[in-house]
Amino acid sequence: MEFSEHIKTANVEDVVLRRPFHPPMQGTLCVTGHHLLFSNRDGDSSRLVLLLLRNIDAIEKRPSGSSGTITLKCKDLCVLQLDIPGMEECLNIARSIEYLSSLDIVSDMYPFFYRPLKLSLQDQWGLSSAEQNYAQMEELQDRWRLSHVNKDYSVCPSYPPAVIVPHSIDDETLVKVAKFRQGGRFPVLCYYHRKNGMVIMRSSQPLTGANRKRCREDELLLQAVIDGSGLGYIIDTRSNQQAQQARMTGGGFESKSSYSCWKRLHRQLERGKVLQESLIKLVEACGDHSHSVDRWLSKLENSKWLSHVHTALATAGLLAECVERDGHSVLVHGSEGTDTTLLVSSLAQLILDPKTRTLAGFLGLLEREWLLAGHPFQQRCAHSAYSHARLRLEAPVFVLLLDCVWQLARQFPLAMGFSEPLLLRLAMEVYASDYGTFLCNSDQERCAAGVKERTHCLFQFLLKPSERERYSNPLYEPTELAIWPSVQPQSLQLWRGLFLRWTQHAVHLEKAQEELRNLVIECRGAS
Amino acid sequence: MEHIRTPKVEQVRLLDRFSNKSTSGTLHLTATHLIFVESNADAAQEIWILHHHIGSVEKLSLTTSGCPLVIQCRNFRVVHFVVQRERDCHDIYSSLLRLLRPVSYEELYAFSYNPKQNEQQREEGWQLNDLGAEFERMGVPCDQWQLTDVNRNYKICETYPRDLYVPIAASKPIIVGSSKFRSKGRFPVLTYFYQEKKAAVCRCSQPLSGFSARCLEDESMLQAISKANHNSRFVYVMDTRPKVPNPDMASYLFPQKYVDILSPSVCVHLPPSLQLNAMANRAAGKGYENEDNYSNIRFQFVGIENIHVMRTSLQKLLEVVGTRSLSVNDYLLGLESSGWLRHVKAVVDAAIFLTKAVTVEGASVLVHCSDGWDRTAQVCSLGALLMDPYYRTIKGFMVLIEKDWISFGHKFADRCDQLDGDPKEVSPVFTQFLECVWQLTEQFPQAFEFNEWLLLQIHEHVHSCQYGNFLANNQRRREELQLKDRTHSLWAFLLSEGQNYLNPAYCPAYAETHPVLEPSTLPCHLKFWRNMYHQFDRSMHPRQSVLKNVLTLKESNRQLEDTIKKLEARLQKHGISPPTPDPQAPPKDQRTLPNHTRPHSLILGAPLSRKEAQHQEEVGEEAKECCSDTERTVEGSSGSERKESYGDLQGTYGAKVEPTVVSLEFGVARMTC
Repeated sequence: MEFSEHIKTANVEDVVLRRPFHPPMQGTLCVTGHHLLFSNRDGDSSRLVLLLLRNIDAIEKRPSGSSGTITLKCKDLCVLQLDIPGMEECLNIARSIEYLSSLDIVSDMYPFFYRPLKLSLQDQWGLSSAEQNYAQMEELQDRWRLSHVNKDYSVCPSYPPAVIVPHSIDDETLVKVAKFRQGGRFPVLCYYHRKNGMVIMRSSQPLTGANRKRCREDELLLQAVIDGSGLGYIIDTRSNQQAQQARMTGGGFESKSSYSCWKRLHRQLERGKVLQESLIKLVEACGDHSHSVDRWLSKLENSKWLSHVHTALATAGLLAECVERDGHSVLVHGSEGTDTTLLVSSLAQLILDPKTRTLAGFLGLLEREWLLAGHPFQQRCAHSAYSHARLRLEAPVFVLLLDCVWQLARQFPLAMGFSEPLLLRLAMEVYASDYGTFLCNSDQERCAAGVKERTHCLFQFLLKPSERERYSNPLYEPTELAIWPSVQPQSLQLWRGLFLRWTQHAVHLEKAQEELRNLVIECRGAS
Repeated sequence: MEHIRTPKVEQVRLLDRFSNKSTSGTLHLTATHLIFVESNADAAQEIWILHHHIGSVEKLSLTTSGCPLVIQCRNFRVVHFVVQRERDCHDIYSSLLRLLRPVSYEELYAFSYNPKQNEQQREEGWQLNDLGAEFERMGVPCDQWQLTDVNRNYKICETYPRDLYVPIAASKPIIVGSSKFRSKGRFPVLTYFYQEKKAAVCRCSQPLSGFSARCLEDESMLQAISKANHNSRFVYVMDTRPKVPNPDMASYLFPQKYVDILSPSVCVHLPPSLQLNAMANRAAGKGYENEDNYSNIRFQFVGIENIHVMRTSLQKLLEVVGTRSLSVNDYLLGLESSGWLRHVKAVVDAAIFLTKAVTVEGASVLVHCSDGWDRTAQVCSLGALLMDPYYRTIKGFMVLIEKDWISFGHKFADRCDQLDGDPKEVSPVFTQFLECVWQLTEQFPQAFEFNEWLLLQIHEHVHSCQYGNFLANNQRRREELQLKDRTHSLWAFLLSEGQNYLNPAYCPAYAETHPVLEPSTLPCHLKFWRNMYHQFDRSMHPRQSVLKNVLTLKESNRQLEDTIKKLEARLQKHGISPPTPDPQAPPKDQRTLPNHTRPHSLILGAPLSRKEAQHQEEVGEEAKECCSDTERTVEGSSGSERKESYGDLQGTYGAKVEPTVVSLEFGVARMTC
C-alpha cells in the first residue's frame, strides 16, 4: 500500500482549476493517496477544493506548448479542468490520477483511512440486524422463521447469515434448495404485507437446465409460501424468451407442470451492459449542448433510459398490485437475483409499505434489500458514464432505483420522509465515498475485509441530527396508504437534478427549492 | 334553446381516455353547457363543458354497447361518451353542432353570463388595466416619444388601438405614408420602452416592398425611431419569419413536387397563396426591409414558423400524447416529430435576441412578421417579460396581455375560433405564448409572482367566451360590441381570487438581482407541458401537490396570525396587556380551523374559488370531491387503470372481488390502505 511510489509529482504551483459555477481559480495542486487537493490563496482568504480520486471516472490530457490540460470527468457527472504549467508535471499527475483512481484492493480505499473527529469506529455499524427485523414483525412469526443456515456464508455466499423462510422448511431442505438456485440464492422473504399476510419473496433463477431438472425441496418451499392462499405469482424480470434461453446455460424458470400453483409473469428489465450503455448515452446527450431540439429528443429516446425507468416502475406496480389488490404472494427473480430482482422488490415495498418511506425506513430498505441482499456494488459501480475502460460488470442498477424513487417522490411529494438531496447524495456516495457502506460485493466480503470494524457507516451518519435535517422532507405527511405511481410516459420526467446537475440552470432550481423548503419549515414552525 | 332537441339523455357511459374504465350517468344539454352527471349516488361526479370550449364533435359508428360520441375541447379535454340509443346520440350531436358554431357575437356566453356583480363592480373590473398608465410607468410620453391621435377614429389602422405612441420626429404625413406602405396599415409604433437605456421596442407589419418598392415616409419613420435613441446608431429590424422555408416543414405541408422548388433562389415562383415566409411574401408584393434603402438598420430574420405550421404541429403533438398505451419511445419520438418544442424554442430564442439587443446593446428594435399580430405579439410580449420584472407580477402580466395581445389586435376571434369561421385562421399562437411563459417559470421559480394555474385559467377563458376581454379581433370591433357595457372582465375575476395564483417560491428581491432574465433554451431544459395538454387527464398528474400544500400552509398561517391579533385585541379590551406574542401557541380550538381553507384541487391541486357559483360549477366536479376528504387527498390512477398500465393481471385471473379501496375522490382510487 505504498501510494507514494505512484506519485512522482506531488505538488504543482500555478495551476488553474475550472469547474462549473465558479470562475477559474489559480492555486496549488497537490496529489495524495486518495485525493486531489487544490488550494488557492487569495489575499487573506484561502480556499480548498478536495476531490476524492475514486470519484474520477475518466481523465483526458491535452498538451499545449510547454503546459498541459487535464480534464477530469467525475462519477458524480461533474467535469473539471486543470491547466498545469509544465508538461512533465502534467503527465506525472495524470499518471498518478489514472492509477490511484482505479485501485481495486478494498483495504486500500479511502474509507479505511477516513477518520473524522465527530465519528467513532465504535459506533454501531448498520441500522439493524436480521434478528431485530424479525423480532419486530410478530405477526409473521407463526408461519415464518429466522434461519441461520447461512451463518458461515457456505450455503449462499451473497446472502446474509440470517434469512427468513417458511416455518415448515428446515435448514436441511434449504441447503438442497440452494443447490437448485443460481449462486445458492434460495427463495427468502423480503416483505410481509400486514394487511393480508401476503409476502414478497426473492431468489435467483432455478437451475432446471435443458433437461428440465426438478427439485422437490424447491417446490416444497414455494408450496409452503402460499400454503392456504392457493395461488402465487412469479414475476420473472426476463422476457419469456430469455428465460427459455437461460435453460441452455443451465438456468431456467419454474415450469407450470412442476409449480402448478404459481403463475409466471414475464417482464423484461434490462440490466448489465445494456443498462450501462443506456446511462452512457443519456449522460452524453445531457452533456452535449450543441444540438437542436429534435436531436436532443431523439438522443434522449435513443438512450432508452426513461424506458428503463418506465419498465421498472411498471413492474414494481404490477408486483405491488398482485400483493395488495389480488391478495397473492409473489416470488420475484431474474437470473442471478442480485440486480433487477432487488430493484423491483424494493420499489414495490416503497409503494406498499409506509415504513420504508421515512428517512430511516428508506435507508433500512436499502440496507436490507441491497447491501445485505448482495447487490455487487463494487462490480456495478466501478465506473460510471464517462469511463473509456472496457465495460466489465458495471451497471447502474442502483442509480436506476434512485431515479425511480425520485419519480415516485415527485408524484407523491408529501408521502416521502426524505428529499431529493438524499437521493443525489446516495447517487454520489455509491460511486465514491468516505464511508465503507457501499464497499465490496456482499456481506461476506465486507466482513472479511473488516469494513464494519475499520470504516464508518454512511447510513448511521445520515441519520445524525444535523444530516437528518438536511435530508428530510419538510412537506412530509405520513400516510398509511399505498402510493400507486402513474407510469404514463407523460408522467415520467428526466431527473434533471441528477443528469443536468452541473448546468447553470440547476442553480436557479436549487435555490428555489431551498427557498421553498425554508418557507415550509417556517410555516410549520409557526403553526 | 331552439337548437336543443333532447335536453336530457339517461344511461350514458363516459369512457376514460387512457384506460378501460367507464362511468355511467346522465347527459344534460343546456343553452350554455353540456353536463354529465354520474349516477353514482355517493360521490356523483359532474362534468360541465361549455359549448364554446368544444372544438369538435364526432359521432363514431354504432357499436353493440351504443353510439359513441367523441368531444374534443379547446382546453384539451377529450371526452368519450357512449349513448345507448342512436337517435339520442344523433340529437345531441346535431344540437351540439349548431350550438358550438355561433354565427354572431351576441350568441356568445359573455353576453348572458352574470356573476352577480353590481354595475359598479363590473365597471371597476374594466378599469383595472389602464394602458395609458402603463406607458406612463415605462416613462412615456417623454422627450423623444409622444402620444399621437392619428388613429383616434381607427382611420389609419383599424386593427390598432386608438392611442399610439410614436417618436417625436414622426409627423402625421410620415405616419400616414408609412401606414400605407405596411400590410393592413400597421405602421411602426412603440410597445415597450426600456427606460434605463432609452431603447424602444416597436412593432409593425411587413412592408409592401415586393422586390423593389420603396416608401420614403416609411424610411423616415424608421429614421425617427433610430433618432429617438441616442445610445445606438442603428435600429434592429427583426423579421420573426424564417428566411427560407424549412425543407422538412415544406415537405410536411406540401406535396413532393413543390419541395424541390423551395430553395431561396427560386422560391419566387411559388404561388403567392402559399405565403410561406418572407421570401415568398416578396413575390406577393410584400416582403422585408431592404438594408440599402433604410439607413442605420440592422436586419435580422429569426425564424418562427407561421400559424399553419404551428396549428399542424400542435395537432400532431396532441395526437401523439392522446394515444392509448403509448410507449416511452413513441412518446419521445412523437414529441420530436411534432416539432412543437422546437417551435417553442424558436419563440423564446427570438425573445432572447430582442432582450439582448435592448438591454445589452441599448439598441431600439422594430419587430414584425407578416401582419404583426401573431409572432410579433409573441416576441414583443415575451421580450418585455424578460426585460421588466413588473410583467412577472400578476397585475403586470395582465397588463402585458392587455397591451401586446388584446389592444394591438391579436385576432383572438379568428385564432380561437370564437365564431364559425375559417378553420385555416385558427392557430394556437396564444397558447404557445403561455407555454413559453410556463417554460420560463419552470426555469426561474423565484422570478414570477404567479403560478402555473394562472396561465391555465387565462387559457381556459380565452376560449370560454365567458368574459369580454378576448372577444372579437380588435379594439374597434370590441367598442362596436360595447363589450365594456355588456360583459364582464376576466381580470377582475382573476384578481378577486388572486391568492390562488400566487407562487409560493416568488421572491420580490429576485427582481433586483435579476432584473433581466436570461433563460436557457438548451433543448434539455424544455419540457412537455403536461398540466396544459393533459389538464383533464387526472391519472397522469402527480398525486400530491407541493404548490397546493404550501399555499395552504401559508394561508393557515395567515389565519392563525389573524386569530392572535384578534385575541390580543380582546385581551386589551379587558385591560390585560398581552404577553409577548407567541405564535407557537394559538388557542387549541382554533388549530382545527385551517382544514377547510385548503384550496380546492384541480389536477395540480390548484385552487379554485367558491365565490363564483357559476364558475365553481363549471370546474367544480373536481373541487367537490376534495371537500369530502381533505386529509387524504391523494389523486391517482384507478385500479382498472393500473391493470391497464401494469399488465395482464386481469386477463390471467379474471375479475376479482375488489379489495377494500379507500376511494378518496373522483371515483378514482389513488392510495389504498
